Amino acid sequence: MMLTRRLASSRWWIGLVVLLLIGFPFVSDSRGALILMTQIFIYAVFAMSYDILLGYTGIISFGHAMFFGIGAYTTAIFLHRWDHSLLSFLVSLLAVLVLTGIVSYLIGVMTLRLKSHFYAMLTLAIAGLFLVLAEKWRDVTKGSDGFTFYIPDLLKDRTSLYFVALAFMIIMFFLLKRFTDSPTGKVLQAIRENEQRTESLGYQILHYKIIASMVAGLAAGLSGSMYAITLRFVNTAVFGTNVTLDALLMTIIGGVGTLFGSMLGSALILLVHAGLTDLAKIHWIFERWMIFFGAIYILAVMFFPQGIVGMFRQWRAKWNKG
Amino acid sequence: MQPILQTEGLTIAFGGHKPVQDVSLNVMPHTFTSIIGPNGAGKTTLFNLLSGQLKPTEGKVWLKGKDITHLSVAKRTRLGLGRSFQITNVFPSLTVLENVRLAVQAQAGVYYSLFASPKKHAHFEKRAIELLETVLLGAKADSLAKNLAHGEKRKLEIAMLLALETEVLLLDEPTAGMSLEEVPSILEVIRRIKEEGNRTILLIEHKMDMVLSFSDRLLVLFNGRLLAEDTPENIMKSELVQTAYLGGLYDDAS
Ligand SMILES: Nc1ncnc2c1ncn2[C@@H]1O[C@H](COP(=O)(O)OP(=O)(O)OP(=O)(O)O)[C@@H](O)[C@H]1O
Ligand SMILES: [Mg+2]
Repeated sequence: MMLTRRLASSRWWIGLVVLLLIGFPFVSDSRGALILMTQIFIYAVFAMSYDILLGYTGIISFGHAMFFGIGAYTTAIFLHRWDHSLLSFLVSLLAVLVLTGIVSYLIGVMTLRLKSHFYAMLTLAIAGLFLVLAEKWRDVTKGSDGFTFYIPDLLKDRTSLYFVALAFMIIMFFLLKRFTDSPTGKVLQAIRENEQRTESLGYQILHYKIIASMVAGLAAGLSGSMYAITLRFVNTAVFGTNVTLDALLMTIIGGVGTLFGSMLGSALILLVHAGLTDLAKIHWIFERWMIFFGAIYILAVMFFPQGIVGMFRQWRAKWNKG
Repeated sequence: MQPILQTEGLTIAFGGHKPVQDVSLNVMPHTFTSIIGPNGAGKTTLFNLLSGQLKPTEGKVWLKGKDITHLSVAKRTRLGLGRSFQITNVFPSLTVLENVRLAVQAQAGVYYSLFASPKKHAHFEKRAIELLETVLLGAKADSLAKNLAHGEKRKLEIAMLLALETEVLLLDEPTAGMSLEEVPSILEVIRRIKEEGNRTILLIEHKMDMVLSFSDRLLVLFNGRLLAEDTPENIMKSELVQTAYLGGLYDDAS
């Protein structure tokens, strides 16, 4: 009874937030705000994909940007070289799924056999390789300058892009939620808790780590495609370590292992970032936003290791008890 | 009849130290074997070799006639060799119910069901609750495993092993650290499994007087070697065992 009521109420909240988000473009006439929200949705998917690794399976990767970058470049190259029709975009999404699927599978096989810190270092190195590849393969990528490209007419309008990104986030949330609630998703959490015990129940750890790696890689690739669409531009920054660190920060601040937290984290980080950029007009210190994020990060890890969602759950548990 | 579990010359060396040395065993199906021996005799290490947590330096292990010496832990479990751990080994931040449910799911062979709705597998939960009730832990189903008292964690460990429904059960001191009042109920659970008659059980237990009554065979390990293997009556009569193990050397501290 309690449980169903609680569920009903959280469904109610989600419904309300979705309605507000749908209404937002009709109320706000700020183009900047619309673009910011669109980026929040897209980064939310990237952060959720990172949460599959970090929060659900307990895998720390420092190279998650490689999938984001593959997604961004693949879509950009398709639209630039072929044509900027919707068909071209959809085919590029398929290509992204194939490419990130292969890469994440190989990463899974090659590196998940390693102990966690070796794995983290190796992912960092491989993402670095992709960055170098994007810099050197000038014919296709135009090096570190990057290139601009046209996008399908349907997505040109900022409001429609906003809705596409919102739908993208909602669909990915439900897909990933379904995955983490599935029998296989539950095994991932068991691996996070106690790998050796999971194996002694008869689960073959490596298979599950590959599955986690692939689900995270595919979702991250799609978010990269969408990101390129919002910018209509791509350069090597999409392979940068900053991109991975953003996902790490968003996931931890929002609350690891919750998916929902990743969306909150994405909103929080990007809103604060935008706020600080505005403040930079007042004082240069605000331009060094990495300093602020570093500080937020340390505070979060020290005082709210469970993130916003975790904190909220603790409060609710106390409330229900008291 | 063919032994269900068999070892030959099983040895493991850590540097010069050999906690298990040249152990050859034949365990017949549907029997109950208790393993005794002082602390550090190599009992847990022997289990680790049987279940695959450790790989032997020498010797072989067979399960149902199949050489499993080089198989992974997971594969051995799937072939029907399940174990519980002396040092509690559960999923701390998951609920008690989820701990057992994961074992039930493994037993059902649902390994790669990526997008199935939780409803489709609701019966796993029902089975898990039954098992929790068997080990008298039903009331704690929604607690996190890390919040259980030590004795309760031991019960959870047993429920997870039972959930696997393996033909061979390796129980490593299931009652260690339980309060004295709790021990009989757990031994009762073990006795019931034995009486069902379709399992082969190997039990490490220091509380010898309690397991003697339902053991078909007794193995005595001493300094990594198999000192004796016989019926409980004969072991109790054996002079060798009496002097080496039961007389004075037995350390009851744990
Ligand atoms: N991985 C390991 N590396 C080194 N030595 C080990 C290892 N595992 C076990 N040993 C050693 O093997 C010996 C036997 O240990 P084991 O845990 O098997 O004893 P036991 O009979 O189960 O004792 P107890 O009754 O205390 O549980 C001990 O001396 C232990 O230190
Ligand atoms: Mg032991």
